Amino acid sequence: MTRGLRVSNLRLNVSASGDDIVDEVQFAIEPGKVLALVGESGSGKTTVGLAVLGHARRGVSIAHGQVHCGDTEVLGLDDDAKRKIRGDLVSYVPQDPASSLNPALRIGVQLLEVLEAHDFGGSNEARKHRLKEMMAEVLLPTDDEYLLRYPHQLSGGQQQRVGLAMAFACRPSVIVLDEPTTGLDVSTQEHVLKTIRQLTMDHGVAALYITHDLAVVADLADDVAVMYAGRIVERGTVRDIFSSPAHPYTKHLVVAAPDIEGKKEIVGLAGRAPSPGKRPVGCSFALRCSLADDVCRGAFPAEVALSTGHVARCIKIGQSQSIGLATPRASRAVESGAVVVELHEVSAGYSGSTVVHDVSLSIRKGECLALVGESGSGKTTVSRAIGGLHREWTGSMSFNGAALQKAARHRSAEARLGIQYVFQNPYGSLNPRRTIGESISRPLAIAGKSKNDSQRAILEVLEKVNLPGSYANKYPDQLSGGERQRVAIARALVSNPQVLVCDEVTSALDVLVQAAIVDLLGDLRKQLGLAMLFVTHNLPLVRSIADEVAVMSEGRIVEIGSAESVIGNPQQEYTKSLITATPSIERSLR
Amino acid sequence: MTIEVEEVSKKTSFVASAWKMHRAKIGFAITIVVVAFALAGPFFAPFTATEFVDMPNTVDVPGTFFGTDFLGQDVWSRFLLGGRSILFLGAMSTIIGVLAGAMLGVIAAYIKGSLNSVIMRTFDIIIAFPGILWALLLVSMLGSSSLLIILATVISTVPRVGRIIYGAAVAVVEKDFVSAATAIGESRFRIVFREVLPNVTSTLLVETNLRFTYSIGGIASLAFLGFTSDPTGANWGTMVQENSSAIILQPWGVVLPVIAIALLTIGTGLIGDAFSRVSAGIDRGRND
Repeated sequence: MTRGLRVSNLRLNVSASGDDIVDEVQFAIEPGKVLALVGESGSGKTTVGLAVLGHARRGVSIAHGQVHCGDTEVLGLDDDAKRKIRGDLVSYVPQDPASSLNPALRIGVQLLEVLEAHDFGGSNEARKHRLKEMMAEVLLPTDDEYLLRYPHQLSGGQQQRVGLAMAFACRPSVIVLDEPTTGLDVSTQEHVLKTIRQLTMDHGVAALYITHDLAVVADLADDVAVMYAGRIVERGTVRDIFSSPAHPYTKHLVVAAPDIEGKKEIVGLAGRAPSPGKRPVGCSFALRCSLADDVCRGAFPAEVALSTGHVARCIKIGQSQSIGLATPRASRAVESGAVVVELHEVSAGYSGSTVVHDVSLSIRKGECLALVGESGSGKTTVSRAIGGLHREWTGSMSFNGAALQKAARHRSAEARLGIQYVFQNPYGSLNPRRTIGESISRPLAIAGKSKNDSQRAILEVLEKVNLPGSYANKYPDQLSGGERQRVAIARALVSNPQVLVCDEVTSALDVLVQAAIVDLLGDLRKQLGLAMLFVTHNLPLVRSIADEVAVMSEGRIVEIGSAESVIGNPQQEYTKSLITATPSIERSLR
Repeated sequence: MTIEVEEVSKKTSFVASAWKMHRAKIGFAITIVVVAFALAGPFFAPFTATEFVDMPNTVDVPGTFFGTDFLGQDVWSRFLLGGRSILFLGAMSTIIGVLAGAMLGVIAAYIKGSLNSVIMRTFDIIIAFPGILWALLLVSMLGSSSLLIILATVISTVPRVGRIIYGAAVAVVEKDFVSAATAIGESRFRIVFREVLPNVTSTLLVETNLRFTYSIGGIASLAFLGFTSDPTGANWGTMVQENSSAIILQPWGVVLPVIAIALLTIGTGLIGDAFSRVSAGIDRGRND
């Protein structure tokens, strides 16, 4: 009996139109190995992952192809047979453990369900025994009390471990992991990744790991497949992909990924991948590729083998070295000036309980201060208090020397316009019922500017964030995530602020878009002499953007200093542990 | 993950995608027919509402379509004349009730604290009693003018609309664009009516349709119980009540208005159903 996973010539269509969502997908995973499937949102990663289980989302149908899990061809099975192999031969770990576990069932019951559904072990005794074994395998307590807990009584990391236990319960030979660590803190992520690695090796499981996080890929995977617009454009070992990327798109991904091990100028790429039905005849990356010519646009390139197991679908292989290196730009070092915002012993909380304790910090003109920490560290509460959105705090805050009121509504116009807040999620921060122009111009209307002035200002700021002026008449749902975030930044810039509070502004974005936004923020800081508070949990990114770093843990600032010294040479245990837990491409390749 | 692919093509408006469904078209056609009868009917009525035509409760009367009612008046004429008032009262009370309910609901969702409690608990108290009870209380105490009938219907509409809109608005209020508006110093009035309200319009459309259906039913019930602004005038609700005792001899006096009211509620109900299916995202891409 052979094990492992082989996918060949897989195509899935939009049922209604017959347009391809993914096409010509093929790869193989040996038992005990991890293949990472990487790509931007909408590239078809999850679609491929689900197809491995013989499943297609509503409105999507499997057109043709073969998926061999060991000796079993999955796509040819009828529904009953598919249901039998799911969880048994091939299993799935979804992205969000909180919503994939049934909140009304105790975890022991849920775990037992999997075993019962596949009649694992033959007897209840055997299943109970296996249950304990599973819990031990994912490093969770095995006592009965723990099994009686409900999912909400577990932390995010523990929930995901339960998810893993369920997936590994019946000893499958193939497992599909769909971004299982997205949303987890780095230290939790580290443990979960270790568990995945251990289980796949110990039990000879072929793992398909879907992600957009390249550092995690370098840390965990053996092989990588890069997807773009529904096709795999490059496949190879981790070393192939990161050390000698052949496809221009792969190269772009690699240069756009920040790394905690070195201060790196990250480079983004404009445009977005064509969606199903709008894909060109030729290479789908040609629209964004600086090397593209008429031959590229004529037909989709066939696979070219570079070495054993390293293939790329590009006719320009060997010419991608120049990508991302071409623009050595003038130093962004800005002469930092006077203190613009100062916090002195600020404590904040929610309905009586304090979550932020005695935070003191100052931001100077032209300086970028990064506020980093894991979820629940209080960093967002601090930033919202500065933005006038969180009112339960004590201590003092000043803007240009004048004390700041708590509610934005009570602040002076100068303070309100001078401090601008950019939100984490561009899908939620723009009113879907307003045009971009209307959203951007509201601060001006409130400040009493005339319509003509507003029109001019809208065009000006759209240009500053590199969007065409015609976007003023569009609605948010006509824009991509990166474009929306640019609009959100434009809305902040329109009132000529002195401070920009950026709350996880890139965490909802793909890596190329993230790089472009970070690049834009850097330029704006230089041009306009903006002071910036950059709130993030992404330590590698901090290295590429910030001058100063404040590390928060449990509501307190544990370490503060220049970005180079805090990340390069951390003094506090907490900072050290954060940095070692953060996966790094450079460290993994070493 | 798949958000981007979907949303670019999603720009077709809410009403347009509801209109694609067969149920919306059928519902609209039915509603139009009934509304046309109600509005244009009076111009085609062969007799006046109170004219004596022939023996009461007779089906075969020469010169009439459906015979005479319990007072010997022409059933067909009274049917044609009797739709206008019910339609007018239904529309008025729906518009007022939905607008007031939506405003209170959105305000309660945005302004948390004591005002929220006052509004929502008042809704609860009103909902705790059957709507018809409030109406009877009001009408039997103060008489049955059109205004009071509208008011009575509005009282039962407002808290129900309010609760639904409150539920929809609570989710919108938490969105970042509302925080963004707060941060730039937008007034509370504008936040409630320009940021939050436009984002619950799909729910509002569904509610409007549903409430219209209920209002018609409520007003017809009141009329059946004898509370109308014009006791001798023709009215679909009163017709049912007046002719119900002789239904074996002369069924048309009951059947015609019942059919009209039923069709109207079914028609508007189908439209509302189409709206709610679109807003819930059921059957996206299907046409039935």
